[in-house]
Amino acid sequence: MTDMAHPPAAPAKRRARLGLLRRLNLSTWIGLVIVVALVLAAIFAPWLTEYSPSKQNILHQLSPPGDGHLLGTDQYGRDIWARLLYGARYSLTIGIFAIVVAMIVGTFLGMIAGFLGGRTDIVLMQVMDVILAFPALILGLALVALIGATMGNIIIAIAFTATPAFARIARAGVMTQRDREYAQACRALGFSGPRILFRHIMPAILPEVMVMSSLWMATAVRTEASLAFIGLGLAPPTPTWGGMVREGYDNILSSFHLALAPSIAILLLVLAFNLIGDGLRDVVDPRLKDAS
Amino acid sequence: MLTFILKRLGFALITLICVLTLVFLVVRILPGDPALVILGDQASPDSVAALRDRLGLNDPILVQYASFLGRALQGDLGNSMVTGRPVTSEILNVLPYTLELTFAALVLGTVLGVPAGVWAAVRRNRIPDYLMRLVSLIGLSLPAFVAAIILMMVFAIHFGWFPVISAGNAETLTERLRQMALPTLALALIMMAYITRVTRSAMLEVLSQDFVRTARAKGVSPSRVVWTHALGNCLIPITTVVGLYLGILIGNSVLTEIVFSRPGLGKLILTALTQRDYTLLQGMIVVYTLMVVVVNLATDLTYGLLDPRIQYK
Repeated sequence: MTDMAHPPAAPAKRRARLGLLRRLNLSTWIGLVIVVALVLAAIFAPWLTEYSPSKQNILHQLSPPGDGHLLGTDQYGRDIWARLLYGARYSLTIGIFAIVVAMIVGTFLGMIAGFLGGRTDIVLMQVMDVILAFPALILGLALVALIGATMGNIIIAIAFTATPAFARIARAGVMTQRDREYAQACRALGFSGPRILFRHIMPAILPEVMVMSSLWMATAVRTEASLAFIGLGLAPPTPTWGGMVREGYDNILSSFHLALAPSIAILLLVLAFNLIGDGLRDVVDPRLKDAS
Repeated sequence: MLTFILKRLGFALITLICVLTLVFLVVRILPGDPALVILGDQASPDSVAALRDRLGLNDPILVQYASFLGRALQGDLGNSMVTGRPVTSEILNVLPYTLELTFAALVLGTVLGVPAGVWAAVRRNRIPDYLMRLVSLIGLSLPAFVAAIILMMVFAIHFGWFPVISAGNAETLTERLRQMALPTLALALIMMAYITRVTRSAMLEVLSQDFVRTARAKGVSPSRVVWTHALGNCLIPITTVVGLYLGILIGNSVLTEIVFSRPGLGKLILTALTQRDYTLLQGMIVVYTLMVVVVNLATDLTYGLLDPRIQYK
């Protein structure tokens, strides 16, 4: 573990990180600003509205925007703005945590498969392909319906559908790095397999994994909203954006703003994650700059 | 070519068996006695036991598995636990609705998306390009149900041009097309977003290649260079994205089916899930997997049509 024993590819990490920050482009910044703003709105929801997201008020059913209620009220007289703010908590938590779980599990499995090769590789990737051979939304839907729609279960179900994508990209990354000179140098120095894989190869594939995570968070938010819309999200009266769209849809002929407000919120968050992912991809792989 | 197809079909069969096994296990590990679900809470223990026997739920799990797998591979997916009708016919009843919707969305998305992508690439870093990039980014951030609801608000409720419900009971062709228009458009917009992006990036790469410069230098008309020489070389990545997205489209059709009250696979799987109709659920999962497998095979075979250099081995 002395400095001299360090192989050539453990670069000055701190400098690289600063450089990455400076190279962030407009699209990443816009996305980051939106996500941070929504996170703050979710955390400070009680300060941003005087209303409770679940308190019903039969005197103010379906009131239009303005008039004491910024975005009006729904069919139970609940304040829409308050429900949007509190709903952000669930969309963000589920979207982010599902992908963090998928990223950790998928990257780990993919790295093992790519590093060991042989039978481990074949079996692991065959399992991943089986999961992939199924429309993600339907898979998530079936899983949630069978294991029950709690926060933890929804996170697990969405993570399950996203794991193969991470396994694939991590495997491909490890396979291109495995036989590079620095990896051979590590081997010549007698480093153990896990040390080479996790200390030396992993940093090289992480940027790509991060780009994927951001794009998949967009998908995860969309899937969570879709599940809630279908009726397989967190149970009412929990204010989920997808559930709000569903309730608005049931009243669409009389008050269309009920469905419109949460629809825009979902679109904004998904768009923000996509912007971050697109922007980061340009930074990580300038060759693809025009792909977005 | 034939060996290639056979080999791929072999892989498809393995995938299918893996999926069937997984489904079989998951469905049986999870709580909830199907016999109790069918008969309701008030049923006597005797009748529950009798039904369990009739459904084969008392057999050893390996026997259940073997008979399930054997019959599934022959196309017999059993009878619905709730309605008692054959699962295969229940699925075949609604399958055309989902297929017609998916196919129409695919065609419309391609017809709109490819020219949009080409236009953006040719006018790179100018207003059309920025416009197309923005529109496609929004398109792929739009959940299918949000797109469907917005289209419904504007074109069905506000303008009243199309029916709100697309129940699939149309008698004339015009009525049928009017019913299909909005659900198709909702899915096609998202499809278009993906196709525009991949077309644009593929075109940009091809347009910078030497053969394009040569074609221009020898005086081939600009539109011919773009639409024949360059676009022809973009068809492979476009096909990849179409194939990849078709699977997602089949899944997303459940959302449009709900919004427009349309019959289809999505509606059926929801019924199966809420009623815990295990046999129907198993059957539907087989059908979904089959569709994805077929789409993947078709994508691979299309490559060969598009690029004669590709050899199947």
